[in-house]
Amino acid sequence: MRILVVEDDKDVAGFVVKGLREAGHVVEHADNGRDGLFMAASENFDAIVLDRMLPGGIDGLRLLETLRAQNNQTPVVFLSALAQVDDRVRGLKAGGDDYLTKPFAFAELLARVEGLARRGKGEGPQTKLVTGDLEMDLLSRGVKRAGQKIDLQPREFRLLEYLMRHAGQVVTRTMLLEGVWDYHFDPQTNVIDVHVSRLRQKVDKPFPTSLIHTVRNAGYMLRAEQP
Amino acid sequence: MHSAGVRFGMIYAGVFALSTIALAVFLWWSTAGLLDRQTDAAINADTQGLLERYSDGGLLALEDVIEQRLMGNVDDDAIYLLTDPALHKLAGNLNQLPTRVLQQEGSYQLAIERAGHRGMAQVQQIELPGRFHLLVGRDVEVHAQMTRLLTDALLWAAGAAMLLGTAGALAVRGLFRITLADVSATATAISAGDLTRRVRVSGREDEFDRLAETINDMLDRIGRLMDGVRQVSNAIAHDLRTPIARARARLEDAASHAASEADLRAAIERAETDLDGVVAIFNALLRIAEIEAGARRSAFADIDLAPLLLDLADLYGAVAEERGQVLRPDIPASVPAFGDREMIQQAVANLLDNAMKFSPGHGTIRLAAELVPGQGPRITVADEGPGIPEADRARAPERFFRGETARSTPGSGLGLALVQAVATLHGGELWLEDAAPGLRAVLALNTRVGPPRVNASSSANQPAVPVEAA
Repeated sequence: MRILVVEDDKDVAGFVVKGLREAGHVVEHADNGRDGLFMAASENFDAIVLDRMLPGGIDGLRLLETLRAQNNQTPVVFLSALAQVDDRVRGLKAGGDDYLTKPFAFAELLARVEGLARRGKGEGPQTKLVTGDLEMDLLSRGVKRAGQKIDLQPREFRLLEYLMRHAGQVVTRTMLLEGVWDYHFDPQTNVIDVHVSRLRQKVDKPFPTSLIHTVRNAGYMLRAEQP
Repeated sequence: MHSAGVRFGMIYAGVFALSTIALAVFLWWSTAGLLDRQTDAAINADTQGLLERYSDGGLLALEDVIEQRLMGNVDDDAIYLLTDPALHKLAGNLNQLPTRVLQQEGSYQLAIERAGHRGMAQVQQIELPGRFHLLVGRDVEVHAQMTRLLTDALLWAAGAAMLLGTAGALAVRGLFRITLADVSATATAISAGDLTRRVRVSGREDEFDRLAETINDMLDRIGRLMDGVRQVSNAIAHDLRTPIARARARLEDAASHAASEADLRAAIERAETDLDGVVAIFNALLRIAEIEAGARRSAFADIDLAPLLLDLADLYGAVAEERGQVLRPDIPASVPAFGDREMIQQAVANLLDNAMKFSPGHGTIRLAAELVPGQGPRITVADEGPGIPEADRARAPERFFRGETARSTPGSGLGLALVQAVATLHGGELWLEDAAPGLRAVLALNTRVGPPRVNASSSANQPAVPVEAA
């Protein structure tokens, strides 16, 4: 994927650019708002990582608003030290697709950027999700694995749906909390782990291979075993 | 005028003078004035009677009746005089009509000389047909003497009143200064840094006592806030120093002693975890400050707590089960409230986090909600853990407060502080009770219920009184 990183802090930018390149992406970097806007508008990116406070007269919000005004729909992840709830709301209102506050774990940023870039390429509403031998019918809300029906609670269904929509990607606990429960705070207890472990009991335990994998220091990934 | 004491003294003197004048006027009106009015009425009646006789029987009848009335006048205060056109006396007890009388019609005062002594008379003069003159009056010498006495008395009284008023004004100014001196001295001491000083309460339970109590309450609160700030900065220093120091030690140790790359990595990862803890504390502190600043009131909306709480019960129910505990929700079909959905979610999540942390295995955690009529919605979380000793309960929601039983458990000591802030934001309260065994945390959201009003956003501003009956 081609990713643009607009970030003025050298250390953070270097860390993000290196990490994204290691993950196999092509990364461009701009260290001020003007260059960032120029690059974002003139080239094609799959995703943009955007700092809010930028030198060069154009801050992150202005950059994004200008971009959206030009009908450029490239997915944007805000990366900002402005952590108040209202700041997040303002960022999302300006057209941001996701908002991550500094300091952050790189795994979280990577998971979110990859999730967004994938979503940007989505082709119309799906009625069926398939990962390996696991099938989910979004209309009848039925789940089958290897032809065998699996009964899920509504919340378990949504958790599995989220994992399947992001199959092959790392999904962090915070992403699950936001995407499945719509909660924007970090509980002290390992609530997500418990729910994923319950889902595993139903989806993985009765079968010889596992689909839901734990990714150390990051989160979870739903992935069919390589043949 | 730069002295409020002098101003109050002057006001006192002014009010005193005004009331004295009003009293004198009333006194005058009800004594001397009354006598004058009575005399006028008597003269009027007398004149009317004489004129009636005159129209019935002419001059002769008038002369007769004047003689009769003079005879019957026991008090010897009646004055009559009837004169012919040449101003010669026809009847009456005055010898002659004073010359200036001719020019004066109606009522007036007249100096008379009668039976050898001078006096004053109130008279009424009427011109009869044929240029005859009739004078009817009353001797008011007695009235005049009384009026003089009264005037003297009132003048003396005025002097006394002025003295008393001045003395009173001085006394008021003095009292004012004495009363304020203590407040002023206390304020000076406080601004000089002595926060322990308090205004003296006289015990008379008057306005000044109430003022003193209010000021003392304010000073107590300032003192508590100062303590809080000191305590929070100490706690921040301690709670953040510890993980930072640990991370630093790990990194330094790894840098100089790590035998293998795996060791190094493990040390770095543990340091990362420590730093994440630091970030979490910062986030919690900032979130609380954000809530306390009230900036989130813009996000207030009409919400139903029932699905919100059931979602949380669902999220935490699984965790409780995993730990062998039971989370029992007791939530009615609908609990309407007005507030910030995200904040309430986080507050209840914090209460549930705590309840599960402190409940023993197989313990039951209850999550209940109800709409208390007239008081707004109320959310209760009860556990069966060790509870909080009564002495600590009031302080438990303070930032970084950690009870004896909580010291060994993980946590930042900020959970309840956030719940408290959310309660305050919603014009409500958080209180902790003994659930015997365990702890019951009640989050009362004193919110408006019903359709939004124009000034809906300001309702959260109100103190803990029911805004509207449910």
